[in-house]
Amino acid sequence: MILLVDLSWKPGSLSRDEFVGPVARIVSGAGQEWCEAHFSGISGVDLRDANGIILCGTALKDNHFAEKVQAFSWLCDIHVPVLGICAGMQALCLVHGGTLRPACEIGMTTVRVTHPDPLLPDQPAFEAYELHAFACDPPPGWKVTAVSDRCVQAVRHPDRPFYGVMFHPEVRNDIVVEQFCALCRE
Amino acid sequence: MKLGVLCSGGKDSWFACHLAMQKEVVACLISVRSRNEESYMFHTPNTHLVPLQAEAAGLPLITVETEGIEEAELGDLSRAITLAVKQYGIEGVVTGALLSVYQATRVQRICRDLDLWCFNPLWYTDPEIYMKELITSGFRAVITGVFAAPFSADWLGREIDREALSSLQQYVQSHRITLTGEGGEYETLVLDAPVFTKRIVIQESEKEHANFRGFLRVRRAVLEEK
Repeated sequence: MILLVDLSWKPGSLSRDEFVGPVARIVSGAGQEWCEAHFSGISGVDLRDANGIILCGTALKDNHFAEKVQAFSWLCDIHVPVLGICAGMQALCLVHGGTLRPACEIGMTTVRVTHPDPLLPDQPAFEAYELHAFACDPPPGWKVTAVSDRCVQAVRHPDRPFYGVMFHPEVRNDIVVEQFCALCRE
Repeated sequence: MKLGVLCSGGKDSWFACHLAMQKEVVACLISVRSRNEESYMFHTPNTHLVPLQAEAAGLPLITVETEGIEEAELGDLSRAITLAVKQYGIEGVVTGALLSVYQATRVQRICRDLDLWCFNPLWYTDPEIYMKELITSGFRAVITGVFAAPFSADWLGREIDREALSSLQQYVQSHRITLTGEGGEYETLVLDAPVFTKRIVIQESEKEHANFRGFLRVRRAVLEEK
């Protein structure tokens, strides 16, 4: 079971269908069952049953999650694979000591792979959809695996299976979520 | 949160409005009437009927006209949204974008420049589920423009019901159209929706069709009690 975490400013918001729904559709297509929870109410039961966790994105103007970093402290204690998408990558980085800075990208952008990664397309560069107002300066020791002209686009934890992508893979890069699902099955 | 819904008169903008009304306050509709039938941004066949739809739904409407010149039309959209902010105090915009990165990107940028929220509740939705939900939730949408094979003139004015959906599903296989028409294969006009207190009746219309391309031009339509 993959746990999809909604990072929108409130549970059941109008953003849910835009940022959680498309990811859920790819996870289902990859043959994985999923469940979802809002970041403000993650329970031990949600985490116990998860063999993978995806932290979904938020609307461009929605940075409420970044003011509630303590709500993500459970990310320090888990060992299942985690994929943070956009706001999800920001939350993942913040809770591990990374920082954010203003850097807006909207629309298709060229992403250059700087280090081979099991989740990223197997090519030196690819086009990806961006929708973010802030960029991450990753936590110390984390590996940067892709960049755009504006900012870091993909990171991974040095030891644990924690991955972050700043672009939105649910738009034209389904393979990132599909490869994450494959990783969760291993 | 007070929202303005970008409304072309078609099924996607009205379904997005329907979803937005379940979560937030829809304060007004925003319509851009393009004089260019090839507009990259705006659905064109029957935008002159949006005021009738707005009346049916009891929602205020802001309309601006555009020449529909690529990119310049974005200034007209921004002007319309700015008017909605001033007149109705909207804090965000809702669109019916399904797959168009071109449209979504441009609306997102306008909203960022105006410091507004932007919501796309149909973004990358499952087309099969969406089309079935459209029918079962009480929408009556008719096809008012066709722009691809194998759409014959018979499709103009046809309601998207279960039978029509079945044919569209076949065309997805046989002609690689998108089920929702998001690829520009067809355009729709909503005649009735859950939010409407009255329904629209087309009293006079004309069809133009040649080489799998055509329009149903609605000349006269009225509201009728439901």
